[in-house]
Amino acid sequence: MEWVNAVIQGILLGGLYALFACGLSLMFGVMRIINLAHGDLGLLAAFMLASLSDAAGLSPFVGLLVVLPGAAAVGWALQRGVLMPSLRAGELAPLIATFGLSIVISNMLLEIYSSNSRSLDSGALETATLKLNDQISIGGLGLLIFGVAVALLVGLQLMLSRTSFGRAMRAAANDADTAGLVGINANAVYAWAAAIAVSTAALAGAFFAMRSSFDPSSGPVQLIFAFEAVIIGGLGSLWGTLVGGIVLGVAQTVGAQADPAYSILVGHVVFLVMLAFRQGGIFAVEARA
Amino acid sequence: MSAGAALAGQVTIQRWDRLSRLFTGVVLLLLVGLTLLPMAYGPATTDKLTTLFVLIILAVMWNALAGFGGLVSVGQQAFIGIGAYATIALSEQGINAYVAVVLAALVAGLIALPTSFLVFRLSGGQFAIGMWVVAEALRLVVGQFESLGGGTGKSLTTLNVYEPAVRQANTYWLALALMAILLTLVLVLLRSRLGSALQAIRDDEVGAASLGVRVTSAKRLLFLLAAVGCGAAGALLVAQTLRVQPDSIFGVEWTAYMIFMVLLGGLGTFEGPIIGALLFFGIQEQFADEGSWYLIGLALVAIAMTIVAPRGVWGTVVDRFAVRLVPIGYRLGGLPEPLPRRDPGGERGS
Repeated sequence: MEWVNAVIQGILLGGLYALFACGLSLMFGVMRIINLAHGDLGLLAAFMLASLSDAAGLSPFVGLLVVLPGAAAVGWALQRGVLMPSLRAGELAPLIATFGLSIVISNMLLEIYSSNSRSLDSGALETATLKLNDQISIGGLGLLIFGVAVALLVGLQLMLSRTSFGRAMRAAANDADTAGLVGINANAVYAWAAAIAVSTAALAGAFFAMRSSFDPSSGPVQLIFAFEAVIIGGLGSLWGTLVGGIVLGVAQTVGAQADPAYSILVGHVVFLVMLAFRQGGIFAVEARA
Repeated sequence: MSAGAALAGQVTIQRWDRLSRLFTGVVLLLLVGLTLLPMAYGPATTDKLTTLFVLIILAVMWNALAGFGGLVSVGQQAFIGIGAYATIALSEQGINAYVAVVLAALVAGLIALPTSFLVFRLSGGQFAIGMWVVAEALRLVVGQFESLGGGTGKSLTTLNVYEPAVRQANTYWLALALMAILLTLVLVLLRSRLGSALQAIRDDEVGAASLGVRVTSAKRLLFLLAAVGCGAAGALLVAQTLRVQPDSIFGVEWTAYMIFMVLLGGLGTFEGPIIGALLFFGIQEQFADEGSWYLIGLALVAIAMTIVAPRGVWGTVVDRFAVRLVPIGYRLGGLPEPLPRRDPGGERGS
């Protein structure tokens, strides 16, 4: 029964990884940029929420009303101010620039908040549980995170496939020059895609911070988990991202059930094994996000 | 006779010129001088220079990967860590610690071979972060081995048989020798046919493949060489500090340093990373005590360099004055006037 419980907790944890992963996947799908600061941007949002909570007593859910638009603005500015100009130096320059940004954010947080680990209080959700039987109970927060992740992935998928903005995004992703010929401003589309991606990172960061304790150095690990979820699930498929997140989450919780020290390592091993034997991920598809 | 043919009669293809010949002489003299240096200067100087040599090795290796192979990795600390830990493991088997340093570098290359088959399935930014996963996985695996000290790390005790002064001089000579060998290897590789292939790959991978360049094997060779170099750097670090700890030796800060040195000096040039390492060495001496502000400053400079001066210090000098100290490519000689080099894409060994 412990193992069943580990699998269930892993599935819920996978929702969080999928949430982190969808922004990473979106930016890669549309701009072909891997944002190495993705995890740190999420963590930045978590610290902002903690500060709002300390200073004004705001619940993190209320704080998100401020932090999410802020994150969108940061994403927009990042694309316009850093990633787009750096592209002139070659297609790998944005990668280096976002790596630099990751170092800047994590060390800024370290200077401002010190290396102490802290947590974000999610209020009543913290203790709410859904009891399945004597041994298995599902936390209200975990369920909420999973629900939000599914809703967000459905929303993104619908936006990409049904709306004119989604169409413009797919067009700009496939061929920016040709998209320009039919009146799509690819640079504007890219800036919006970055805004959406960083907002989802902020949302994921907020949930991560409510779920477990965090410190300024937690960002890169979240980035790595998100990346593993994307690759395990298969690039370009948002559903694959959800499945990839779940596979990673289950691998970690089941690994932890065997020995707590193995939790993260088992996740890495599953990722490397997937890379070795199923290159395109579980949902290998041709189309981009 | 057409004008072109008349010109062709005078034009010669040159690899060397007066400046690069002169510079080669200076380098050889410098090597002799550095070899004799421990006779005149004490451990304080040799210790600092050992650090500098390690930084130069790291910068040249990262540049070889990114600047010539187009492989941006944020996980080269994987091989730094392997080099350091292999040194300790081998020396505990009774192998002389200095021999272990050299063997450890080869161990890093050995582990890089299967690794390459995994991570080469990823390209571009995915390769970069895939290498990071490899480094993280290795950090966790090493932490599991009690015989390697687990998470708290381990000391290299076998070097204690030497007097401290003798030990530091030996480590210095070994670092100097490994640096000279590794840099020569990179230089030979870049001047070979394979070097031209690599630069073709960096500039246009699909185009190079269509001309019959064996892209993957060329990249793999470079990846192995970079792993040996980073392994040597890690091994030298543990021989110098006598202690290793998984979180710091497998830390992503190493990548930050490498990127900073290469971008500052000039990505895709042979001289650039060495200049970058010298500058970084100076900066480190001045500001390393500032802690996180120091890292923030480095990262901001790196971001600014990618946007404002992607060719780095040396790349900018090359663009302006068309000088080269180390002859890797070829140039036309015998022309009435030197052709202006306006080449934003990097030094091409055409």
